[in-house]
Formats: sequence, C-alpha cells, structure tokens
Amino acid sequence: MSFIRPKFRHPELPKNALGYTVDYYEGALSTLCAGCGHDSIGAGVVQACFEMNIEPHRLAKLSGIGCSSKTPNYFLSNSHGFNSVHGRMPSVATGANLANRDLIYLGVSGDGDTASIGMGQFVHVIRRNINMIYIVMNNGCYGLTKGQDSATSDNGSKNKTGVMNVYESIDLASLAIELGATFVAQSFSGDKAQLIPLIKAGMQHPGFAFINVISPCVTFNNNVGSTKSYDYVRQHIEATSTVDFVPEMTEITTTYKSGVTQKIGMHDGSSIQLHKIAQDWDPLDRQSAMNAVKLSKKNNEILTGLLFMDPDAKDLHQLLQTTEKPLNSLSQSLLCPGSEMLKQINEDFR
Amino acid sequence: MKPTDSNNPEYFHKVVDCQHACPAHTPVPEYIRLIAEGKYTEAYMINWDSNVFPGILGRTCDRPCEPACRRVRVEEEPVAICRLKRVAADHKGDVKESMPKAPFVQNSKKIALLGAGPASLTVARDLATLGYELHLYDDQKAGGGFMRSQIPSFRLPETVLNEEVNYILDLGIHTHFNTYVSSLKEVLDKDYDAIFVGTGAPKGRDLTDMIGRQEGASNIHIGINWLASVAFEHQNKIGKNVIVLGGGNTAMDCCRTARRLGGKNVVVVVRSPFAEMKASPWEKEDAAHEDIPIIDNHVPKSFVVEMGVLKGMNFEKVHAVYDDNGKRKLLPTGEAEVFIEADDVLIAIGQENSFPWIERTIGIEFDQWDMPVVDEISFVSTHKKVFFGGDSAFGPKNVITAVAHGHQAAISIHHFCQGEDVNKRLAPYVNLVSQKMGLHEWAFDSEVVTDRRYVVPQADKKLTLGNRKQEVELGFDEITAFKEAERCLNCDIQTVFTESKCIECDACVDICPTACITFTPNAESETDLRKILKMPANNLTQDIYVSDILPTSRVMVKDENVCLHCGLCAERCPTSAWDMQKFFYSVTKAGKACH
Repeated sequence: MSFIRPKFRHPELPKNALGYTVDYYEGALSTLCAGCGHDSIGAGVVQACFEMNIEPHRLAKLSGIGCSSKTPNYFLSNSHGFNSVHGRMPSVATGANLANRDLIYLGVSGDGDTASIGMGQFVHVIRRNINMIYIVMNNGCYGLTKGQDSATSDNGSKNKTGVMNVYESIDLASLAIELGATFVAQSFSGDKAQLIPLIKAGMQHPGFAFINVISPCVTFNNNVGSTKSYDYVRQHIEATSTVDFVPEMTEITTTYKSGVTQKIGMHDGSSIQLHKIAQDWDPLDRQSAMNAVKLSKKNNEILTGLLFMDPDAKDLHQLLQTTEKPLNSLSQSLLCPGSEMLKQINEDFR
Repeated sequence: MKPTDSNNPEYFHKVVDCQHACPAHTPVPEYIRLIAEGKYTEAYMINWDSNVFPGILGRTCDRPCEPACRRVRVEEEPVAICRLKRVAADHKGDVKESMPKAPFVQNSKKIALLGAGPASLTVARDLATLGYELHLYDDQKAGGGFMRSQIPSFRLPETVLNEEVNYILDLGIHTHFNTYVSSLKEVLDKDYDAIFVGTGAPKGRDLTDMIGRQEGASNIHIGINWLASVAFEHQNKIGKNVIVLGGGNTAMDCCRTARRLGGKNVVVVVRSPFAEMKASPWEKEDAAHEDIPIIDNHVPKSFVVEMGVLKGMNFEKVHAVYDDNGKRKLLPTGEAEVFIEADDVLIAIGQENSFPWIERTIGIEFDQWDMPVVDEISFVSTHKKVFFGGDSAFGPKNVITAVAHGHQAAISIHHFCQGEDVNKRLAPYVNLVSQKMGLHEWAFDSEVVTDRRYVVPQADKKLTLGNRKQEVELGFDEITAFKEAERCLNCDIQTVFTESKCIECDACVDICPTACITFTPNAESETDLRKILKMPANNLTQDIYVSDILPTSRVMVKDENVCLHCGLCAERCPTSAWDMQKFFYSVTKAGKACH
C-alpha cells in the first residue's frame, strides 16, 4: 500500500533564490482519483511558487467545498490555508485581504463552488477587484457527488451515463471579462507549459486575476461525448498566444518573429511576453477579448492563454484608500487613537 | 531517439543494479523480500541456486552489489545485501530437502576438477545432477580452497564452510584430498572426458631482493602462506611487534590474525594513500576497531636485521601525485627514512598465478604474462578438453567471480561432452508479472523507508582477540534483518509503460517523488533527450526508458537513475498505462540445482 509518498527526492534538484528545493512547496499526498486534472494544476501551483521564489509564509490558500477545494491540502503545506464554506471563499478572501494586504492570496474553487452555489460571491469579488488569484478547476461536473452535470457543462455534452446536458453552460471566462475582471485567462490542466506562466503572471497582477482551467474528471466526465474530456479538450484547444512570464530585471531570452510578440509591462517591473497566435485580438482591449472568446465558442474551440488584462487596474485597497500596512502591524495607539480624536471626528460632523 | 526495447531482458536486468553488478547475477531483491517475510529457507535456496555458497558469501563476499545499490544514489549507505544473505543462511530451515539428492543417473562421462575451491565446487554442483562422474583433487585436507586456507575463522567459521562444501560433496563427488597434482599431462593421460582447472592464484608476492630479506627470513612471512599455516594450525604465535605490508583484504586478514596470535603492536604499512587502498572499507574499519593503525604513504626500503635477528623495517615517505590522465605516481617527500620496529613482518602485497605443474608442451598456450589463454565466454583453453575458471583463469578476483566462472565453465563442459558447441548459451530464465492487487494494493511492500543502514553487532573484543576461532560478527537478529530488508527499494519490481493506454494526464509526472518522468517532444539523439528532461539525466551509467510516440506527438521518458520503485506512478495512473511488474532473471546453468 502506498498512501505514503517517499521522502527521498532527486539529489540534483535545483534550489531557488531562497535556497528551497521544489519539495518545500509540496503538500500532502493527494486523495483525489488517479489521473485527476486537479492534481496537475496543484503541481503547476507548486512549480510556479517555487520559480517565483515565494516564501511560503507569505501566501494564503483559500478554498470552498468540492474536489477542487480539497486540493490546497495537496500543495504548499508550509503556507497559510483556509478551507471555507461552500461558495463563500471570496468573502473570506476579501476579509483576509483587507486585514493583511501583504500576503499573496490564492483562491481555489471549482465549477460548482463558483458557478452554482458561489455565483453571488464570485461576481462581487470580481467587481471589487480584490488583489488575489482565483483559480477555477473546471471539470463540468460534480465529481464529489458522483458526477452530475454542473453549471459549466456545455449544452450537448454527454455525461458518463450517456445523458446529454440540455441547459446552456455558464462561461466563466466571458462572465469575468464582462464583469470587469482585470486579468482573465483560460487554460488546460494537461498543458503545464501554458498554465505555469499564467499562474505566475496572475499572482503578480495587482488586482483580481482569474484563471479558468479545464480540468478533466477522469472518473465521471472523461467519456466520449463529453466536452471536458482529455481527448475532446486536446482536439478543440486553441491558444491565443504562448505566454512567458518574465520576472523583474530578467533579460528576455526567448525570441519570436517580430510583429507577433507583445510585451505587457507590470508595475513592479516584471512583464508578460505574449507570442500571439490568434489574429484580431488585443489582450488589452476588453471588447476584443470578448469577441475572441465568443468567436472561438462559435467555432467549437476552447480558447486558452491570457484573454484579457488591464495592467493599470486599481485593487480594492486603492479604491478604498485604506492604510498601506497590514492591520496586525499597526500599533494600538494608531488603531485606537483615544477619546480626544473621537471627539474631534464627531465635531467634524456637527 | 528510438523507443526502448523492453522485450530484451537485459534492459530490465540492468535496472536491478545489485543483480546486474553481481558476477553470478543473484536475484538480490527477490531473496531480500523473502527474508523480510521470514522465508529464510526459500531465500537461502535462491542464493544457493545462483551463488552456491550463501553462508560463506554472506560473511566474506567482496560485495560488488553494494556500491551498485540504488540506495546510494538517494542516501549515503547501500542496503546491507551481503549481511542479509547471511541472515538467510543463519536462520534457514532444512535446505537439504530442497537440494538434489544423489545418486543421479550416470551419463558415463568422467571429469577431473583440479583444485577444490569455489570455482571447481560450482562446476561439480552444476554437473553432478547431469550424471557426470566428478573427481575433485586438492592438496589440502578438505574442500574449500582459499576459503579454507586464507579466510580466517573469525570471519568464516569452519562449520559454515564445511556445511556448504559438504552440500556439494554429498552430491556424489569423488574427492582426492591431500593429493597434489604435479603434472597436468598425467591427468590428461587418464581417461577423463574433460578437465577443469580451478587452482586459484596460489603464489604470494615477495620482496625477494630487499636488503635484509634473506637474513631475516625466519621472521618474514608471505601473508597467504602464513594465513594457511595458521588455518591448518602449524602456526599459533607471532611476535609482539608486527608489521603487515600491503593494503588489500589479505593484509587486513593478516593483521587481524596477528592480533589474535599474540601481536600487541600490529601496524599495517601501505604505499598508497589510505583512501586508495584495495581493502574493502568495512575490512579497514574492522582492523581499526581492533586497534590496528594503518600507516599510508610509506614505501618499504629495507629489513633491519641485527645479529641475525629481525629488528624492524625502514620506510620512505611518499606522497601521491596525479598526472592529467589521473594516473598516480608516488613521489618521495624527501624526508628521512622512517624506522618501524618489528619482531615479525607479514608480506601481503598481492598474489599471482603459478602453473609450474602444467607442461608447456601439451597444447595449452600461455600468454606473455605466463597466463593460460582462456576464452572469456566458454572458459576453454587452447586444449579443447581443458577448461579454466576462478582466479586461475584471469588472475586473482574473488569468490563470487569464481562461482560465476564455474557456472559458465560447467555449461561449456556439458556441451563439449555432449558434442555440442562449447560457446552455445541458452537465454536466461525471465519472468515479468504484474504486482497489482487492488487500487492501493501491491503484492510487494512498496513503502520506501528512510531508515539508515543497520550495523551488524559484533562479539566483545576481549573475546574475539582471545580466540582466533571466535566469529567477530554476530549477524543480524530477525528483527533487525527485517528492518534492513525493508530498506531494499525492490528495483526488480519494474515500472512498465504501455503507450496505447496512456491518456497523458500527467498524474505520474506530478506524483513521482524523484522527478523521473517527463513527457516531451522527442529528440534526435539520446544525449539531447537526456538534457531536456524535467531533471536532466546526468548519470550516463543509467538508462532512460523511452516510449513510442504518443497521441500528442510527444514521448514518455523515464530516467531510471533514482526511481524508488515506490509504485506511485502506477497507483496514480487512471488507465494502468504504468504497471509495477516483478522481473525475475536467472542465468541459465548446466544442471538443475533446485527442485
């Protein structure tokens, strides 16, 4: 029986700038089904955090309920974590973010947790532009309760029992663009080369970064006729571009043919390099991004990569002009300036 | 790069590093698992079939398997393979029941085996069951060869040696002990159908021309001869101050024996640096444990003899210098010669072959080093009836190599006597079978423990130094043996990949603790492919396992180097594209040893 992951690691594992090897970012052994796309996304998170030299205690994982929301247990064991109520992760993230703006917030949710029970929360977290990365592990079914169709299951997609879904699906990426999200991307659990740079860019983005990741459910939704199976996704995947996340002060080494590479600078000096494949698409233009998504849907394609980004977005703290320091770093005298100050404030309203 | 041909048994054989490194290719992980299960008799018989002397080798083997053990690539120490073998021998039940029983139906062919060491005994065992009449000659009083005369009793008790030699002699071997064969021609003139020469490398090197060698002769001894005279109880004491010259395992046996025969200040003096001594590390440790200093970088210059009595030796201090090719030179440091006091000196600076009893006119060709010309596959000499094996074939090696030679020579002799091509070899016996029993269940214990190597307990030093025959190592008890056996990574449980089942979900890539698996576009050459893996495959002695092209036009590449055989890739594989399959590989031998 091997529920236990061996402790030995490859002796030549490289160390990141903090001196950690990648295993420092691992979590417990997954209890998800063998071959679950969610595990690949988790591995992508591990790799991204390792490459970004993130100190694990500077990151908080937040999740709701579901297979997807179990996954934070399977990565970043040395980070903070909050497994919240079903669909209520955005509220917890909002509160945490307001209290301590210095942490990196990694929200993990699924299609049920986001598009059904948590839809009300999801739309508002977008609207408020909380500085966080929000990953949806989207498998189009309720895997934890034996695979019923979820709200993101495509109209016409067949489930494991052969029954066709008759409802229209909710397209989370277009919804996010529509609602004013400042970073929207779409990816596939089976394409880490694309996913990892997107996670890195999303974590660096100074606002709400949304990544919808198609993540096949091998047990309940990997059958012929499903539009979220490994085979179907591989056959219908189209990329807007290949993505490179270039950290601050790093020399750009990848070279693409001129005219097709677009560099999006970020405020901290890092940048995103896009090698564009899709034509008539501008990732900085919301309307253009929306058109690209709609067009691909019409063509039965799954458009992946960075879809839209507003590098100048203002997050909730900027909008509310809150204090620049985490609340736990403020002294008592600052937080509670005394009755004289209160009197003065009250005077202002008279 | 082309896909790996895993149908060739040599591919998976190489993955089992210990077995591959063993000259006799003993199925190591298989018997270690049996030991963990407490099936000592079965574990013993697997060994007996392959290496003939489990109890002896479990104490004295040179252990080529241990440096090869995969475990040293992920932690510091290999599995104590050798000492686990001893556990099987120590705790076994009735093994005679499982061994072939004489008499066998005779085939009217007669074979002479010259020398009763491990090579000849192996030939005897393999051929006996086939009905050969085997005549074993040795000048010693009993079988075992150098295992009897050179390996001291405190490392190998006589009872263990006798037991395992007798398993073979009991197969109906005609023994001619206390018989020195002084002419091969005489043997050839008898009516033997074939002759096997397993006479070892019986001549110890000497420092014949060194100043004082002749004058001090009565207190200067050749190491292997001296060990033999101790073993046969012609010699039972030595002076208080003893110098042992040499840095090999014989030197270690000499110095430790000297400690038991009255040597108080025993020193080993070696020319090379300590780290480059030929002795096995554990033998050096054992010597150190018995308060024997090892003085390195000292080259013997002269024996100091006063009034006909040996007083000691002079040494020149040197240091090692290496040229660009890594070739070593020992250069004098220029310091004054060092005098070391000694009542006796034991010379253990190597041994050589010596064939004064083989006439050079009978059709056996000798090369420029006066070694017989022997075929490396069939072990036949230039005389079609005469075969060589063990140290006498290619110079001094060790017991396990002699056993391996014996198996091959036995096949050749059998073929020769049956009128077949002596070079003919049958393919190895191979089996590959899935270990899957359920979702998380394997037929083997797949958990990888982090236990460090367990130390074999030793008898009290007072006791061992006081009695030459008291065995130093006590062997693992059953509980420690189990824990040590659990350290084995089960490298014979192979990760077998089936392209047609793979859905490229990356589960194996994500779960593999040692980053062995990569899905990547193929590369032109192996060299290029090795570079583009998740972890570059830098250990070129280890193969990479490459699949055929997958639906996404990539290939699966697995670097065998630090695979822990934990089975997680197979467990996380939704389609059983990965499976853990037990690989059994056994070299085909002449006779059927077990039934």
